[in-house]
Amino acid sequence: MVEEVVTVDMPVSEKIVIRKNRIMSAKLSDDAKRLSIVTGIHGDELDGQYICYELNRRIKEHVELLNGIVDIYPAVNPLGIESCTRGMPMFDLDMNRVFPGMENGATAEYLASKIVNDIIGSDMCVDLHSSNIFIKEVPQVRVFDQFKDKLMPYAELMNADFIWEYRINTVLEATLANSLNHLGVPTLVIEMGVGNKVERRYGDQIIEGIFNLMIELGMWKADKTTVRKPMISSEGSITVIHARVTGLFMAAFDDGILKKVEMGEHIGDIVEPLTGRLLHRVEAPCSGTVFTFREYPVVYEGAILCRIFGGGVHE
Amino acid sequence: MNKKELYTLKGFHREDFTITGYSFGSGDKAACIVGAIRGNEYQQMYICSQLIRILGELEERGQITSNNEILVVPCLNHYSVNVQKRFWAMDNSDINRRFPGIHGGDTTQNIAAELFDSIKGYSYGIQFTSFYMPGDFIPHVRMMETGHQSPSLANLFGLPYVVIRKPKPLDTTTLNYNWQMNGTCAFSIYSNCSDYIDDVSARQAVASVLRFLTRMGIIKYYNHSGYIAHVLDEDELMAVKTDTAGLYRGLKKPSDPVFRGDIIGEVIDPYEGEVINQIISPTEGIIFFAHTAPTVMENNVVYRIIRRLHE
Repeated sequence: MVEEVVTVDMPVSEKIVIRKNRIMSAKLSDDAKRLSIVTGIHGDELDGQYICYELNRRIKEHVELLNGIVDIYPAVNPLGIESCTRGMPMFDLDMNRVFPGMENGATAEYLASKIVNDIIGSDMCVDLHSSNIFIKEVPQVRVFDQFKDKLMPYAELMNADFIWEYRINTVLEATLANSLNHLGVPTLVIEMGVGNKVERRYGDQIIEGIFNLMIELGMWKADKTTVRKPMISSEGSITVIHARVTGLFMAAFDDGILKKVEMGEHIGDIVEPLTGRLLHRVEAPCSGTVFTFREYPVVYEGAILCRIFGGGVHE
Repeated sequence: MNKKELYTLKGFHREDFTITGYSFGSGDKAACIVGAIRGNEYQQMYICSQLIRILGELEERGQITSNNEILVVPCLNHYSVNVQKRFWAMDNSDINRRFPGIHGGDTTQNIAAELFDSIKGYSYGIQFTSFYMPGDFIPHVRMMETGHQSPSLANLFGLPYVVIRKPKPLDTTTLNYNWQMNGTCAFSIYSNCSDYIDDVSARQAVASVLRFLTRMGIIKYYNHSGYIAHVLDEDELMAVKTDTAGLYRGLKKPSDPVFRGDIIGEVIDPYEGEVINQIISPTEGIIFFAHTAPTVMENNVVYRIIRRLHE
């Protein structure tokens, strides 16, 4: 059943409407669980759109297997999605920095507070993100270290390739996931792919993880599936390669994601179109597995080109 | 006056990105003044340009007191100004949410870190800044409540109001916050606008900085004493919101007095022209912030009022 979580009138003949679709089993037991799937906080992150579609479709196809409630929130920032804008287009404001919001606050804070209040009561929440348009990410779960004891067992169910334990900084305290974790709703953050695109294989991978999570929570009557064993950041080191110079980054391979590289291996070149000069040959400073790779080829000095798991130097 | 490059980033097909600073006097790092960090902060850049002009004249006349250096950085982000974007033109990141920066981090983290090296260590830091909502303010000095704030010093600008803000998580990466945490006594000055130049308000802002520098013994200048500021907590400002969306006609400006029950704004049906909602003042007081955009959404903050204050 599609429900309106919050609406706000816009100036001319339109409302901001944030909707959810609630799918529930025919009978709800007393201990029935509720899972919330949230995406679209950033308007340029679209993998969650496909995941919501496919999750809806597959649950409805076999709704007899469902035991509990699944709430799907496909667009927390609908205006961003439909204007190719990461933040809220009217304010150029990152919506994932205003949670838990305020009922009495300005528009973004008001929307945030309504969303949080609607999700509260869920037994679990999955917050789906893509990367931005500049770098591509392997499907991964990001876990704030403060909540790792509670979240890691769930994170390992998600069929992700990587779990990144994050030390939270103050700015990230105002994210949806952190707010929900503090308010008692265990929330996993999933990152994958690249901005403004849907990478279907990544979406399918995470959908398997969501079903696996539902099986573990007793919400989906099916046999446990085998999921990927993720690399976990606490078990190795992360090395970040930044562009040393401004120029055009030409990768040495078509898809760097999950590529195993050796120390000194050629990653790509930064070149200058005007003169035809090679400005910098980029080589792996360590051996390991690439889990982040540059997508947008124009780079200023400092731009992230690559992250490698397994190297010897911490970020 | 010493014009110097504080930071340079090589451009791709654009000219190099260079942050330029102007220093006056020499000796101890007395005061650093920063203008536009966002690409639409024209008023902030204009105010700094006027300060640079006047401080140059004062320096020529020997009116910078000895052993004091003043640094003015009129614009940290001309790449965005020139393409009319508010944030960093490539990735839309806000440099004023990247402090204290990370050396060797991504581009804007690195810009913030490199620049912070040049502008930290001053006794006083003054930033001209803007608000994310479209609107005009009463000119005021704003300080974060970090435990290092000093409202009595903020009073020395002689502007009519000093506002103390409890920092939210988002504020912890601003220049103001990081200046304070680094030992600089930091002030943000809001003149009445950002996107356009208001000469009257700019003159008031320039005068306030010169007054402050004079009172701190950094320059020798003879100017008006200004106001004894009214100090208030940001939380004391009463938000007035719309019930309805539409075209908007504001009827009051910053500094205007209002009384409970006054009609202070109107929302108009965008197709049929009827007034569909009147904004009624819920209190008496002084308008502190007024929404200026031609449209409003439902639940839009259109005014903030200093309650029960009289002229």
